Amino acid sequence: MSVTETYAPSADTGGPGQPLLIVRDLQKHFPVSGGLLGRTQAKVQAVDRVSFSVKKGETLGIVGESGCGKSTTAKLLIGLTEKDRGEIIFDGHALGERLSLKDLRRGVQMVFQDSYATLNPRLTILDSVAFGAQVQGLADPKCLARKMMDRVGLDPNRFAHRYPHELSGGQRQRVNIARALAMSPRLVVLDEAVSALDKSVEAQVLNLLGDLRAEFGLTYIFISHDLNVVRFISDRILVMYLGEVVEVAPVDSIWAEQAHPYTRSLFSAMPSMDPDDRTKEPPLVGDPPNPINPPKGCRFHTRCRFAAEACKTKVPKLAGLSGNADHLVACHLHDAASGHPKAGQGVPA
Amino acid sequence: MTKLLEINDLTVRFSGKRTVHAINNVSLSMEQGETLALLGESGSGKSVTLKALLGLLPPKRSSVEGSIHVNGTDVLSLSGKALQRYRGAEVSMVFQEPALALDPVYTVGHQIAESVMRHKGVSKADALSTALDMLDRVRIPSANRRLHSYPHELSGGMRQRVMIALALACRPRLLLADEPTTALDATVQIQILLLLRELQKEFGMGVIFVTHDIGVAVEISERVAVMYAGQIVEEGTTREIIRDGRHPYTQGLLAANLHDVARGARLNAIPGAPPALEVKPDACPFAPRCSHVMPACRAALPPMVTTEGRRRVACLHADAVVAAE
Repeated sequence: MSVTETYAPSADTGGPGQPLLIVRDLQKHFPVSGGLLGRTQAKVQAVDRVSFSVKKGETLGIVGESGCGKSTTAKLLIGLTEKDRGEIIFDGHALGERLSLKDLRRGVQMVFQDSYATLNPRLTILDSVAFGAQVQGLADPKCLARKMMDRVGLDPNRFAHRYPHELSGGQRQRVNIARALAMSPRLVVLDEAVSALDKSVEAQVLNLLGDLRAEFGLTYIFISHDLNVVRFISDRILVMYLGEVVEVAPVDSIWAEQAHPYTRSLFSAMPSMDPDDRTKEPPLVGDPPNPINPPKGCRFHTRCRFAAEACKTKVPKLAGLSGNADHLVACHLHDAASGHPKAGQGVPA
Repeated sequence: MTKLLEINDLTVRFSGKRTVHAINNVSLSMEQGETLALLGESGSGKSVTLKALLGLLPPKRSSVEGSIHVNGTDVLSLSGKALQRYRGAEVSMVFQEPALALDPVYTVGHQIAESVMRHKGVSKADALSTALDMLDRVRIPSANRRLHSYPHELSGGMRQRVMIALALACRPRLLLADEPTTALDATVQIQILLLLRELQKEFGMGVIFVTHDIGVAVEISERVAVMYAGQIVEEGTTREIIRDGRHPYTQGLLAANLHDVARGARLNAIPGAPPALEVKPDACPFAPRCSHVMPACRAALPPMVTTEGRRRVACLHADAVVAAE
């Protein structure tokens, strides 16, 4: 029996038109305690008002700088961190209502950045890969694990009884992918899954991820800080800044026009590949502000070249661009009624 | 004028539980004021080369052969006071993780001043004013206040600026930068790269910039040396390497950068992984992963072919590969 035949994801319920995942108004604030009595002194507003959906079979790329809430969002999605507020709806079933956490984790699996820290050093590779399937009570987890190892390019006869420290980073990341896929998930969240790998190994793993997506009909959420990688693998890109979504758009659309000033800065910060046309001026000054006390209004206004009074007080809403409803942006420049002096004109050149 | 840097046949071997031939017969030279990127993946010997240059390799566990001359000084023969004088004054280094490289219990002003007092023999007040001037030059806002900050009070980008200020405080002729922007966010990385570019011009120092990111190499350096398995496999101007990389490994690295790759297309990935270097390579170390491999590649080390000027490639296909592509 081939590995494709053993792959048994949960049944599709809503048909292809229904998004596989809908996230509504997700929020997570981490308390910062301190002082003599350990009282909560402040809150890290890690994820705020985050809403998005992922269609069946698509790959959604999430980009943003450290501290923008990418990884917290990923952890909230599979319940590794408890959300404060918001809804997570997987294929039409809301988490906590018609869907238990255990069932959600069967359908949604995650691959993390640090391939070593996420494997139990005392378990052999085979036991690690089979572990989830065993917990979920799937039939013959070891056999399934061997097949999955073989599928990700690790010969089970050579690797099954090795320990994580005996493998290279690329091999360990293949183990993590095999472990995620052993559960037959429909959605895989890849949180900086290739970032720690060397470039030549990264390309191999990206090829593998592309093949697996096609073979098992997977949907990916691909989190990365590398825009080139995100562009390569994603259908749509979601840009986060300080815990909020600032722009969501199909890859080609966002590559042609970055509608949010932050997205534009992020794109201009990519190193040039042309020795005759190197970057002349940094697009932004300073570091991202602290998410403990994020700026009021539009959180980007402290670093934005186009900020006006309205940006300091009013929170911009995520809305479609005129003429391109798939391209969503949260910026007063695009909202004619925002009160920004250049409202409705888009981002100046 | 003496060459800024002359490395001849540098070989570094680590011994212990297992032996690692980290650097194998590396030769490299730099003119005064040149910027060179050492490009390669983890384990290729980039950082070990920098550490050898500063005499930072653990003496009991490493054996170093060959020679290193910086401005005519034989670095490998230095020890004690002479080595202390050389470090920081002639050559200094910026590390990847400034949070680990800075001392958490002293203010940043104190740390910079300490290095200035040590090397220039000036009073503490003068050293502090040099420190203030350096913080200004690395564009730290309200430098006067920051002088009295501890490292943990600064953001990652600010800490790296402090690290650069510290490294440049004694005006070294050669700055070594070991992936100084890898831990930073993209929008901060580009700021630091442009800052280093400006300071390099202003101070006229030479820079060796270690990176695994070709884009970063393009932004910072005039020349690029590509390292693989403890050897330099190709060297040329940044333009030559980007436009006309000759070594199959360089070509693979360029392709893996994913710049301008069609979305969803299959990547032309280099198969396999770099060698473990437990034995000293006696054939082309890239041969097991190379798509152009011939029997001769596995028989002996490929000679370093100098094509024109200072452009060199260690590949039997140095000319033919280009034709085949």
